Amino acid sequence: MNQPPEPTSQPPAPGAISAPPGNPLAQRDERWQIRVRGLNKTFGPQHVLRGIDLDIERGRTNIIIGGSGQGKSVLMKHLMGLLHPDSGEIWVDGVDVVPFSAAEMGKLRRKFGMVFQYAALFDSMNVVENIAFPLIERYKLSRDEIMERVRDLLRRLDLENVGGIEKKIPPELSGGQRKRVGLARALIDRPEILLYDEPTTGLDPVATKNVDEMIRRTADDFGVTSVVISHDMASTFRIGDRISMLAEGKIVVTGGPQEVLASRHPALREFIETSGLVAPEGAPQA
Amino acid sequence: MTSSSAENPPEISPVERRLRAALEYLSAPIMIILNYFGERAIMLGNAMAALFRPPFRLRLFLEQMEFVGVGSIPIIALVGFFSGAVSAQQAITALRIFNQERFVGATVGISLAQELAPVFTGLMITARAGSGMATELGSMRITEQIDALSTFAVDPIQYLVTPRVIATTLIMPIMGMVFNIVGLLGAYLFSIYFEHIDLGQFSEQFTFWTDPKDYIIGGTKALVFGLTLSVAACYQGFNVRGGAKEVGLATTRAVVAGSVSILVSDYFLIDAFHILWPYKS
Repeated sequence: MNQPPEPTSQPPAPGAISAPPGNPLAQRDERWQIRVRGLNKTFGPQHVLRGIDLDIERGRTNIIIGGSGQGKSVLMKHLMGLLHPDSGEIWVDGVDVVPFSAAEMGKLRRKFGMVFQYAALFDSMNVVENIAFPLIERYKLSRDEIMERVRDLLRRLDLENVGGIEKKIPPELSGGQRKRVGLARALIDRPEILLYDEPTTGLDPVATKNVDEMIRRTADDFGVTSVVISHDMASTFRIGDRISMLAEGKIVVTGGPQEVLASRHPALREFIETSGLVAPEGAPQA
Repeated sequence: MTSSSAENPPEISPVERRLRAALEYLSAPIMIILNYFGERAIMLGNAMAALFRPPFRLRLFLEQMEFVGVGSIPIIALVGFFSGAVSAQQAITALRIFNQERFVGATVGISLAQELAPVFTGLMITARAGSGMATELGSMRITEQIDALSTFAVDPIQYLVTPRVIATTLIMPIMGMVFNIVGLLGAYLFSIYFEHIDLGQFSEQFTFWTDPKDYIIGGTKALVFGLTLSVAACYQGFNVRGGAKEVGLATTRAVVAGSVSILVSDYFLIDAFHILWPYKS
């Protein structure tokens, strides 16, 4: 029977292009799980990504911030292989995945889980069918095995107490419940890397705080590497271990929260100050 | 040398520039047409290729058969009944000029089998199921459900488009037969009970003049219409970009494209069939 694998570090996939001898990117690094180098992407006349260099830290919560239309979601889709770059390298656990075939990319995606902005739950399925979807598509598991894993996730994500949750369809769920069901679906196949696309967009402050806690707890409980796309600065500094700012197609600032907060980069200063997180320079102190 | 030639491309004469502009202008409509059919052909090719590649999801195919077929039976039956009755009414009006009302069974039978059943069934399925497909796929696109499928390494074309195209193509001849049967019933009831045509003559002329080939022609046309309308609907829905407004526009385009493709391909198909099987005389 085709069983889902336990998360393990995997050898380079067949067909993967090796880096030149001595290339440090070509070895599995204990600290960095994903390393992006010189990533370029254009859509027609629009040059969206202009030589992105980015490192994603293993087992930590990595936040990518930036204004609307700066290419954050495009960058995230590249990490998961949903878009192919014009040029550049994406090293996942020491393997450049850019030259991967569709079949290899399919296998690689099992390492990833993605939580969409508005959860992207399948309307035609109930909660259980949504969460179990990756297992049903990838493995031949018995109904009992699937239900056991679904119920375990419902319990760990505080969804089991929602009355009749299993049979509910997405339109019957609140925004926060949808996010958690979306997270359960992303987690069901035990990914190593979890991508969140603007998880707090459209939520009220309390729900935003709950989602932040959910992301933090998921990273701790499941030991996954989290990559969060966000423009919510309060959330970013609440949950981020490593923060990178994308502006004009490049990563302009990267580092821990304190380093980022201390940065003098004008785009970042403007972003932080307009978010109300700190007072603008020259403003009278309260 | 290379870089300087790249920076300074060779000069082209004004005549050549005008010729190129004229050529571009003239070829633009051809390119649009080729692009239009090419994109749909690529989607159809991908959907057909996915049919022979595991995993095989019979459940999705049966769900679509149910949606396109079983769900459309009431509207097909309603339209079929009145189309048959109206055809009989028109045929009797025309044939009465020559005192040949007895031929109404044959006239309505042939026109139902070859034309009315496949074309009206196609239009009804386009309006009901084609629009539904475009809306559903369009909504899935704008709510990132199609992207979500890709993240689970599920081919969205195989999962969403292949079952819809195959189910619609295969169910269309069956729905055409439903239309035929109910249409004949409508024609029969109208002719016998309202116009007092002789039952024996109605039946005799119908069985003498209609052939299995009429149903083969109608069935084949229904197959082709099912393919064109489903590809048109899936293409429009699958390629929606934007929001709710674009989904609405895609649905409108799917219905227009599906209906036009049915009516245009009907002309060429019936021409081809009449060369293959000339009219009985």
